[in-house]
Amino acid sequence: MATAKTKKETRKTAMDCVKIARDAARPHVRDFIAALCDDFEELHGDRLVNDDAAMVAGFGTAGGFKILVLGHNKGATVEENMASNFGMVNPDGYRKAMRLAKLAERFRNPIVTFVDTPGAYPGREAEERGQAEAIAKSLEFFAGLKTPIVVVVTGEGGSGGALAIAVGDRILMMENAVYSVISPEGCAGILWRDGAKAPEAAEALKITAPDLLKLGAIDEVVKEPAGGAHKNAKAACAAVKKSVLAALKELVKLPPDELVERRYAKIRAYGNFGK
Amino acid sequence: MGWFEKKAEKPKIPPAKALWAICPKCKSHMEKSVWKANNCICPKCNYHGRLSARERIAQVADEGTFSEVFREISYSDHLKFHDATGDYKSKVEATIAKLGENESVVTGTCEIAGHRAMLGVMDFSFMGGSLGTGTGERIARACEQAIAERRPLVIFSASGGARMHEGILSLMQMAKTSAAIGRLKEAGLPYISVLTDPTTGGVSASYAMLGDINVTEPRALIGFAGRRVIENTIHQKLPDDFQSAEYLEKHGFIDKIVERRDMKAFIAKMLGYWGF
Repeated sequence: MATAKTKKETRKTAMDCVKIARDAARPHVRDFIAALCDDFEELHGDRLVNDDAAMVAGFGTAGGFKILVLGHNKGATVEENMASNFGMVNPDGYRKAMRLAKLAERFRNPIVTFVDTPGAYPGREAEERGQAEAIAKSLEFFAGLKTPIVVVVTGEGGSGGALAIAVGDRILMMENAVYSVISPEGCAGILWRDGAKAPEAAEALKITAPDLLKLGAIDEVVKEPAGGAHKNAKAACAAVKKSVLAALKELVKLPPDELVERRYAKIRAYGNFGK
Repeated sequence: MGWFEKKAEKPKIPPAKALWAICPKCKSHMEKSVWKANNCICPKCNYHGRLSARERIAQVADEGTFSEVFREISYSDHLKFHDATGDYKSKVEATIAKLGENESVVTGTCEIAGHRAMLGVMDFSFMGGSLGTGTGERIARACEQAIAERRPLVIFSASGGARMHEGILSLMQMAKTSAAIGRLKEAGLPYISVLTDPTTGGVSASYAMLGDINVTEPRALIGFAGRRVIENTIHQKLPDDFQSAEYLEKHGFIDKIVERRDMKAFIAKMLGYWGF
């Protein structure tokens, strides 16, 4: 009895995870890239209007694989936060990601994406340049791309803005990350008519890694060091690297057509209606 | 009886809502019968109001050709979701009982001015036209049947976005529908997306914006994020016509704004250009 009670008391709530997932001290996309890659060359621009700092993209070498890395960039300093809109991507960022992913497909470079965003940027220019179209196109595009894609949800997986670079063959998620259709605050504001009810909404939405694994939305939970990734960024990055490389080893064996067929079957099964 | 007592008596009039329609765009009042007779289009500002899925099907499909499919697919309460006002299951069951529809999209085969097609029509009155797992499944199956039967795909969208009551799996329907539409295009079939008022959030950010051509009706609201969310983010007032059909056309995301009475002929004409 006593152990059961202690367990219950120490159980992390969904809102605890939300707080950890948003912790500024958590490793950022550049930390994961530095740990994963022996070398990395960042590339810029969508070749249309802009270079979006909220989306990091570049080629690198990881465990012998020549890969393309894509990732939301929240920024590690205040200046970086501002420049990258706290990881909220504009349409230009998604179009940059697609442009380089197309190049990766041509040369059979596997793709690794790091997901950490509150959501796509809700701005005037974002709408005028087609935020909805950019996300929609990304979903269609990555679903059919003939090269392996490994996705890692490292912090906040915020709705469509996260999903736009989270369609892949193996979806990893860090233990304290969250991934949701809407922020707990947003959901509470609409369904509870009170943003302060976010903890209730967070529970109801089932946004933690173990819950999402049960629902079949992700494939693997990457364990974090004791206390969370922000307590030991190095160990957290190493754990992510290990899982990413293991996934790549499996995926590069598959012929491109089979890879895309399997990916479609995986996406098709979300919601599980069977035949 | 004194005059002051008489004054206190209230004349019995039926509630205003039963008789009057108010245009949600220009706020002009008209008799409900006028609104209905004008096909839910405002005679003052030409706003094209919302139609039920069945009304829309009746206007687009040739008479007697619509054959509904996938009605066995309905909502799914994977999360056993409940909020302050009750549980999702009771809410959605009440909606089903009231509307006679069991998902936010109705799918079926039909002919459109003689052109064979696969048709999907969303109904905003079903949970705000939200994209649930059942909605996504119907649309994915519609794409697959369209491929198998070589039918072009036409979808009329009307939605506030993903259905948060179904959590992450509603988000995943954005990926599922978009992947299925990608396959339809690969198979050499066209997809006409008609974004009707309103098409926002997760639906605009998936299948609704993926049309080979995207068309809409006058004054429809189309966007990704909500106006208030944007205004609170950028601390600026947005123009009145922001996220309107006309605004999107100007910015290059809509091929054409088509009047409701011309929609069927327009779709048929386009299908004809592509040999369907």
